[in-house]
Amino acid sequence: MKALELLKEKFPEAILGEESSAGQVSVYVKRERLLPVMRFLHAELQFDHLADLCGVDYLGWKGKNKKAERFEVVYNLYSIPQRAFLRVKVSVPEEDPWVPSVTSIWEVANWFEREVYDMLGVRFEGHPDLRRLLMPEDWEGHPLRKDYPLEIEEEWPAYQDLKQKACELSRFEWGERRLRGE
Amino acid sequence: MAPTLEVISKPCGHPEWEEPFVVNMGPQHPSTHGVLRLYLELDGENIVKCDPRIGYLHRGLEKLSENMTYTQAMVLTDRLDYISSAANNVGYCLAVEKLLGLEVPRRARLLRTIVCEMARISSHLLWLATHALDIGAMTVFLYCFRDREWLLDIYEKICGARLTVSYPRIGGVRLDFTTEIIEDLYQFTEEFPSRITDYETLIDVNRIWLKRTKGIAVISAEKAVNLGLTGPSLRGSGVPYDVRKYKPYDAYEEVEFEVPVGKSGDTYDRYRVRMEEMRQANRIIRQCLDKLSETQGEPVVAEGAPDLLMPEKRKKPQAVPHPKKGFLVKGAEVPVVPEGEVYVSIEAPKGELGYYVVSDGSGKPWRVRVRAPSFVHISAIPELIKGHMVADLIAVIGTLDVVLGECDR
Repeated sequence: MKALELLKEKFPEAILGEESSAGQVSVYVKRERLLPVMRFLHAELQFDHLADLCGVDYLGWKGKNKKAERFEVVYNLYSIPQRAFLRVKVSVPEEDPWVPSVTSIWEVANWFEREVYDMLGVRFEGHPDLRRLLMPEDWEGHPLRKDYPLEIEEEWPAYQDLKQKACELSRFEWGERRLRGE
Repeated sequence: MAPTLEVISKPCGHPEWEEPFVVNMGPQHPSTHGVLRLYLELDGENIVKCDPRIGYLHRGLEKLSENMTYTQAMVLTDRLDYISSAANNVGYCLAVEKLLGLEVPRRARLLRTIVCEMARISSHLLWLATHALDIGAMTVFLYCFRDREWLLDIYEKICGARLTVSYPRIGGVRLDFTTEIIEDLYQFTEEFPSRITDYETLIDVNRIWLKRTKGIAVISAEKAVNLGLTGPSLRGSGVPYDVRKYKPYDAYEEVEFEVPVGKSGDTYDRYRVRMEEMRQANRIIRQCLDKLSETQGEPVVAEGAPDLLMPEKRKKPQAVPHPKKGFLVKGAEVPVVPEGEVYVSIEAPKGELGYYVVSDGSGKPWRVRVRAPSFVHISAIPELIKGHMVADLIAVIGTLDVVLGECDR
């Protein structure tokens, strides 16, 4: 793995460890040093395609490979000219969940990071527009966390408001009701 | 309070009318191809700002699959890109097979390649039909649906379902092809290339079509890579990145095909790329069918493949309890799927479809992450629409070929 050796040579202090699974290599990077490492990977080693960016919650993880912190943010990088694959990981503690944003390097990271923030509650420092993406803006909780229940009994509070709004707007309705002047 | 529709009641000549006009396009709109909502700020007909809002089809597939066994979760992948469900299944199966270390038999690999390419043709046909309809070429629509119907009928013969096929399984495919299906497919591949030529004569040099597509939503190669575009949307800009060539899976190594690329990266080039891809897909199916006769009678499921009813946990054979003391010796747990993580991507019709699966050794996946091409493509709409008009937005949504089931998951 050429890229990995170059990376270790350039940033000996930022690489926390490496592991291999199913023939794919992952590198753990210190979260404070993530941006320089990523810039180097993008500019020098030609990892131009950020294939995927996602977060994983390891609460209650029973595997043999112990995890240092609760969350992990995973970057799957691919180099189209070099045809090389590399996975970069960042451990994120539960108490202070933040990661530097890589939107300045890959624009595609914009929505990926918003999704991770929405689903796991990890903040991305330096992100231009960190809002919820898939869930409504006033949703409470982060659904992909392991302690978030699969089913919820309660009704979403904003749903009541929506129903009320729909009632008010029904005066603009077409068809028979309007003709009758209701 | 969630943002909802506000009815604006401003008198004529009010200073607020000078501000950009805000329009909600969607989520119920015929040409957004699903429940895509675009928040637009307009200056006359020019788009000042475009902000896609998604999530209307969010079903929590990733959360659901964490609470299912590996085989059960495969059924969910059908519902991602429901136009090409076979390709989604193959991607998921490849990821789990890589974790298990399974070697899929050659016949199963050939069959998977055939259904994947059938999915590509049917997806591109639907794209052509709706895209052409959106920007004013009505005739192509019904012709495309006629051919797609043919493919769906073949799918029905293969596995009984037309849309959500679930035909591949972990370690191979569910059933072998009968001779009737092979004959049908031979007939299809014989006739289909002439059909593509028919469509091209309809719209290739059509003046309206050229006006609506040439020079619309141009994107350079570097920008397209940086925005994460994949599939035909990227190849239209001239980058020959195709997962089938770069990271070959299934039987793509043993078949010959070309990767068509565009030059200028506009809507017309992306259209040409997709048309050419249909020809290549047809060619791949033909080659695979020829190779099927070599492997007649071979198994279609790997030997060590897990049962369809996968256990959640598996124990080592327990020691025989002592007859006098009468307690059971607890057996140690054996991993159902070995611990590990893998990222596998395939060339789905829309682009690169990636699965990142994390296993903790039990029968349920710890995390299934889907890297959906439509998700990335929708995030690129604001960039592509810069400096265009509202009518071009329809062409941009069409040319990116988005499916909201895949985007929202």
